[in-house]
Amino acid sequence: MSIHTHLKPSAYHDSVTLMLVAKALLELPGVEDAAVVMGTPANREILAAAGLLTDGAAAARPDDLVIVVRATDGAAGQAALAQADALLAARAVPVAAAVQRPKSLAAAIAAMPDANLVVISVAGRYAAQEARTALERGLHVLLFSDNVPLAEEIELKQLAVARGLLCMGPDAGTAIINGVALGFANAVPRGRVGLVSASGTGLQGVTCGLARRGVGVSQAIGVGGRDLSEAVGGPMMLAGLRALQEDPETDVIVLISKPPAPTVAARVLAQVKVSAKPTVVCFLGADPLPIEAACGFHVTDLTQAAVAAAALARGEKPEDALARLEQESRALIPLAAAEQKKLQPGQRALRGLFAGGTFCYEAQLILKNLPEPVYSNAALDKSRALGRGETDAIRPYHICLDLGADEFTQGRLHPMIDPTLRNRQIIQAARDPATAVILLDIVLGYGAHPDPAAAAAEAIHEAQRVAAAAGRHITFIASVCGTEADPQSLSRQAATLREAGALVLPDNAAAARLAGLITQALHE
Amino acid sequence: MDLFRQPLKPINLGLESFRESIAAQGVEVVAVDWRPPLEGYVELTHTRAGVDIDAANAEAVRRICAGQPLLVDMGIAREVIPGFAPAGKARMLITHSGPPITWERMCGPTRGAIIGALIYEGLAETPEAAAALAASGEIEFAPCHHYNAVGPMAGIISPSMPVFIVRNETTGHQAYATQNEGLGRVLRYGAYGPEVIRRLKWMETVLYPSLKAALAVSGPIDLRSMIAQALHMGDECHNRNKAGTSLFIRAIAPALAEAVRDPTVVAAVLRFLDSNDHFFLNLSMPAMKAMLLPAENIPGCTIVTTMARNGTDWGIRVSATGDRWFTAPAPMVQGLWLPGYTAADANPDIGDSAITETGGIGGFALAAAPAIVKFVGGTPADALNATLEMYEITAGEHTAFTIPGLNFRGTPVGVDVRKVMRTGITPRLNTGIAHREPGVGMVGAGLVQAPQGCFAAAFAALRSL
Repeated sequence: MSIHTHLKPSAYHDSVTLMLVAKALLELPGVEDAAVVMGTPANREILAAAGLLTDGAAAARPDDLVIVVRATDGAAGQAALAQADALLAARAVPVAAAVQRPKSLAAAIAAMPDANLVVISVAGRYAAQEARTALERGLHVLLFSDNVPLAEEIELKQLAVARGLLCMGPDAGTAIINGVALGFANAVPRGRVGLVSASGTGLQGVTCGLARRGVGVSQAIGVGGRDLSEAVGGPMMLAGLRALQEDPETDVIVLISKPPAPTVAARVLAQVKVSAKPTVVCFLGADPLPIEAACGFHVTDLTQAAVAAAALARGEKPEDALARLEQESRALIPLAAAEQKKLQPGQRALRGLFAGGTFCYEAQLILKNLPEPVYSNAALDKSRALGRGETDAIRPYHICLDLGADEFTQGRLHPMIDPTLRNRQIIQAARDPATAVILLDIVLGYGAHPDPAAAAAEAIHEAQRVAAAAGRHITFIASVCGTEADPQSLSRQAATLREAGALVLPDNAAAARLAGLITQALHE
Repeated sequence: MDLFRQPLKPINLGLESFRESIAAQGVEVVAVDWRPPLEGYVELTHTRAGVDIDAANAEAVRRICAGQPLLVDMGIAREVIPGFAPAGKARMLITHSGPPITWERMCGPTRGAIIGALIYEGLAETPEAAAALAASGEIEFAPCHHYNAVGPMAGIISPSMPVFIVRNETTGHQAYATQNEGLGRVLRYGAYGPEVIRRLKWMETVLYPSLKAALAVSGPIDLRSMIAQALHMGDECHNRNKAGTSLFIRAIAPALAEAVRDPTVVAAVLRFLDSNDHFFLNLSMPAMKAMLLPAENIPGCTIVTTMARNGTDWGIRVSATGDRWFTAPAPMVQGLWLPGYTAADANPDIGDSAITETGGIGGFALAAAPAIVKFVGGTPADALNATLEMYEITAGEHTAFTIPGLNFRGTPVGVDVRKVMRTGITPRLNTGIAHREPGVGMVGAGLVQAPQGCFAAAFAALRSL
């Protein structure tokens, strides 16, 4: 054992720096104890108590810096003294002026007093409280969170209506406000079509469809899947609709939802009727008559909604545009025939594996008239409902799975962000000798996976390898919901899918139609 | 809709990817570093009796900021602290820091300090005898706070000890604290050796009469102004008191020279003050206590009026719930260590010095004290952030105490139990660290965050008001 003392006359350092140096010395090999202190009488007492008051240290003056090291041997002690010098001489690291983020909504509002909207995506049990705070402070809300109790949703939306604010959601994944994409949304141009939607992917599908046709969006307002239920009563679709009707930047309005509760539909359509602006109503699977009676333009799928709205925005007749769309879709027939030839006998089932819930719903509507039923975890009606884990029992039949549904996303990221679950399902479907067609939706945009096509392509290759080993080929049909300006780039994503051997259709409706044509023929 | 005619100014609360997406579009976005509220939190705007809590809290902050604590006099505890020694009743009271606690549950440093105090009072000759007396039930123990007094670390006040008398000129409330002994082997850190007792006796017989006489000459000393200046000179008035102590010496020295005839005594007193950077702590603490007293017992008020630790329990008292303590086990302090000591030697958090943070200085004013930022990670930015975080849980900003580095923004003041519950952020304190065994003393200093449990308990009680 050896004790080493080093005295630095008139070298002042604050005591915390010295404690840090002492701490660093204690971590050196061979150092048993170390003290780095100013030589005040009090500190000399402390040194004495620690058995470190060497003669040198005892002679220190209050202005002197005293370094005492007790080490296992002389070399370790000397090394520690040198290290102490180095640490004391070390210049301060430049400080990044990183002021911390506010930790509460109130503090964030203080930091941005002119804030006008809050995007909330915290866990559902906390989300309502934050949304209430925002609304009470006069801020609009995009409430992405789900699992917000129904009663809270009603209360929040009543509060929003009373304050003249938008409460988009709960469970609203998408909005584009003043040209800014919020949540899962795409980079679409600004323009004169305004949308209100109870479906996030529906909103993405139509805004991308508009962009594909060179038409931009004024505002895209998501309201959440329950807004048009009987209990909630559609307050935000009504508020959004009125806001767009009054908005001088909006010429054409599009409403998107699954069929609303009848009373709610009546209320919304009554508001449509009083508007001078043409309104495209896409209530997927709803009765067209009340819509037409309200002078709304009825469409049956998201693509039709985009085509009709684009035509209206250009001052064209939407009927003509839809007729052209119908004409174009005939090109799918020879494509289907060519694909059928690649399939083996016994391959007759369709597997739709969807990241977007509304794409799953839209596909089921389009496939409704297949000779064999389509089952789903998010079925059009209860007779086709697929319980958890029932996939295998229904195997020979057609299945469309909404992989973004709660039963798949609990404790897991949404399939638009994390493709793992769908990729596993793709491989599993490929092992099934009955699988003929696998239908996929690839959703681009802000918030989505950075390269979803590449992720899917990997699974497609693996699936074809599995199928080929059994002498089969599987038809992959994919649609890409996105724009060229999206971070993932529409053309690049489509190219990746084509390279993987998938048939890439411009939208989900067309993809579902093609899938239907192929499987329908297999049964004939 | 107005929103459509304004530039979008979004706040993001939740997924980081949403913030990134908004920022990627070239839009300025403020992101909340959100965490869930504590279990048991609900929104609370009014008491069941209908009191508007925000208004009650604003009144509390107003009263705290309006306080003008003056050091008016000194005296002997049993003679000047009301209730300390009731006439006609045989009683031996020793007060300690933190919430109430029995001898059996007291931590090492508190026991050590009580042993020292009993020896100092002449009631025991040996530590063993003192411990036996303390355990006998003949000694009454109570929190300093129950007598409007505050004591750093073990916080022991025994009847013969001299105390400072600080009066809030605005309201007349008075608060008390002993004279600070210095660092190292001292009573408040649980040491009770002969040198500790000798120093206490010197403080009673030399230091106290000298300072008392000097005060009579100087007149009352404005502690609010002194604290405000010290904050501008690099103190936060809890773990750094160099500037405050220097200012006090400036204020008292001429009067001391005038009041005390013997120059060797004057020199000894000045040397003692000069050798003890923390002398001012025992003035900033009663100053804070005197400023906080008028905020007690406001109906519906959810502002914390006391935060104090006894080395075993961490306790708070809240304005609307009056004298009731809400406690949780005292946490360990994240510290830096004096030579020869490590974390294994440390006692859990202890002391009434959290009164500084309660009143809006100390850890809450860390941004004012760049010299000690190494306690919080090492950079001045860390210190700024430590203070900024406290604005999240406080009801107001101090009108008397400001921070140059924050463009003279008032320090965060008035911990709102509701905000602690809502944000999950608890008050951040600077503090010294005592050895866990009686009789040793100080082993380090560091940073500690208040335990959530006492706030959850207080919140539950506030909900039922």
